[in-house]
Amino acid sequence: MAKVSIDRLKKTFGSAVAVSDFSLDIADGELVAFLGPSGCGKTTTLRMIAGFIEPTTGTIRIGDDDVTRMPVHKRNTGMVFQRYALFPHMTVSQNVLFGLEMHKVEPTERDKRMRTALDMVRMSSFHDRYPRQLSGGQQQRVAIARALAIQPRVFLLDEPLSNLDAKLRLEVREEIRDLQRNLGLTTIFVTHDQEEALAIADRMAIMYDGKIQQIGSPEELYERPDNLFVADFLGKMNFFEGKVSEAGKFITTSHQREIFIDGTERNVQKIGVRPERITLSAQPQGSNALTGVVDTAIYLGSILDVRVRLDSGEFVSAQLPNRGSEHAQHISEGARVHACFEPKDCVLFSE
Amino acid sequence: MGQLKQVSELQTAADADARITPFPAPHRKSRVPWVAWLHRTFVVLMYLFMLSPLIFVVWLSFFKDAILYFPPSGYTLSWYHKAVTDSAFVNGFLTSLQVAIIASLCGVTLGVAASLGIIRYAFKGNNLVNTLLLSPLLVPGIVAGVAIYLAYLQVENLLDMDVVGTYGGLVLAHICLTIPWTVRLVSASMHGLDPSIVEAARNLGANSRVAFWRITLPMLRPAIVAATLFSFVVSFENLELSLSLVGPGRTTLPIAIMQYLEFNLDPTIAAVSAIQILLLGVVMLVTDRFVKLSQVV
Repeated sequence: MAKVSIDRLKKTFGSAVAVSDFSLDIADGELVAFLGPSGCGKTTTLRMIAGFIEPTTGTIRIGDDDVTRMPVHKRNTGMVFQRYALFPHMTVSQNVLFGLEMHKVEPTERDKRMRTALDMVRMSSFHDRYPRQLSGGQQQRVAIARALAIQPRVFLLDEPLSNLDAKLRLEVREEIRDLQRNLGLTTIFVTHDQEEALAIADRMAIMYDGKIQQIGSPEELYERPDNLFVADFLGKMNFFEGKVSEAGKFITTSHQREIFIDGTERNVQKIGVRPERITLSAQPQGSNALTGVVDTAIYLGSILDVRVRLDSGEFVSAQLPNRGSEHAQHISEGARVHACFEPKDCVLFSE
Repeated sequence: MGQLKQVSELQTAADADARITPFPAPHRKSRVPWVAWLHRTFVVLMYLFMLSPLIFVVWLSFFKDAILYFPPSGYTLSWYHKAVTDSAFVNGFLTSLQVAIIASLCGVTLGVAASLGIIRYAFKGNNLVNTLLLSPLLVPGIVAGVAIYLAYLQVENLLDMDVVGTYGGLVLAHICLTIPWTVRLVSASMHGLDPSIVEAARNLGANSRVAFWRITLPMLRPAIVAATLFSFVVSFENLELSLSLVGPGRTTLPIAIMQYLEFNLDPTIAAVSAIQILLLGVVMLVTDRFVKLSQVV
């Protein structure tokens, strides 16, 4: 495995900018997820790394080699595609052997490596089946084995789970993560599913409009989003607009309400509070308690998703853990409640 | 064959319907088999209707009398003997076979290349090229034949060489005839291919040439086999186009049959047709064993 460094990568199609100013260093054995809405440039970037798209400017290095203009088949990356992309006219073992043959592995060695790869994904017993005889999850496992058998320098996954149903998705995700850890694979994982990215990534790069919005560990990104896009894209967030009147006090524009915040920054224009950091109580508690009426309360099993219409007319959403009906008695539609949160739970935005 | 299979599936579905009676009321029980029988009768009649020309041709070929009348006074195999010993038919058959083999092989090679170009490279005007390549299907054969004849005359004048009536000229025209079938079948099959399969091959270390021969082409195999078969049949049985292009001593089988019909009306024609039906049927069946044609066509 090898490290990957991408420097000021840019790709334009005609006048449309698909990716710009993309710089990222991925450490040996690290799993980085590219996360973003569709059309944000994450797949384009991955395809540039694999070599299917030629960058307009910028450089890509794998290990110590500059691969920016290197043809696909010489890059030695192992890619897993969204729709599996197994060779339909070859059996499972032939699929895996194809890459080994292309890499000119000795015939005796090929068989051994094919078996090891299939064992890794628990597909050895299916070696003489054709792809059409396998389920989606099994096909994707074979695709993973095929990509890893050639011992690539980088493991690339392009939305590998999005064609699988919910339960399988979780299973294959765990498997990818385990393989990646055990083999120390340098991995890039493209997804639009934030839960997937949060669960699997060492670091994630959130992309929007062809640019990286923020790079960091899942926790950093969720707790300390750099900008409104990241805050809004990753999880849910309640926003209040306004400005800082004095240190630690934020006045909302709409209703001149005071909200206590942490930090001495003056140039704050918006604050955000995560729904799960808000508690709803009959009596005001803590530093910030905004009064309102329960508008809707949706039962989601493990949580209650409650929308409160504040007296100021704004809506605030709160997520409460389901701890039994006796804890949620005061949360019925139309009930008066206080939406309470602490200053440390406010995220400050200056843009 | 695809149709046969589909209908037999329909049949079993109808059977299943007849067996499953969701509301086991007595009057329903008696009605459902009746509907099923009606359905079966209809299917059988439709098949008889579609196959009746073939059935009659084969039947006629065994009639004893030289002048056709019904019922026959007896049966004989002598028309078959006459058919396979008649030099016009034998030579016609050999010419048609040669032309059809060469035309279908050349047509398929060119057609596959054309489909690849149209689908893989979204060049300007690729739709126009596609339509142009399919257009021979729309032009009546006799019109196309005359048009090609006139074009050949121009070429003859320009280059001062024989084209009309030559073997090459005939084959060339037949190649044009077969290309639409290949383009249609192969490009439809290519449309259905996931482009990431070829990308996967490239990613695994195959250069574009290897990826084409080892991955793209094998995936297109059913379509290519079907296209070859169709091209062969289309060329083999073509009459209109060949009519204006054949030279003396180079008649194809359909033309030989037509010329025979001008002066005779005896079961020899039926015997020739029966042999042709048998040959093409065998070719289709054998091909279907290797490539499921019903999946492509």
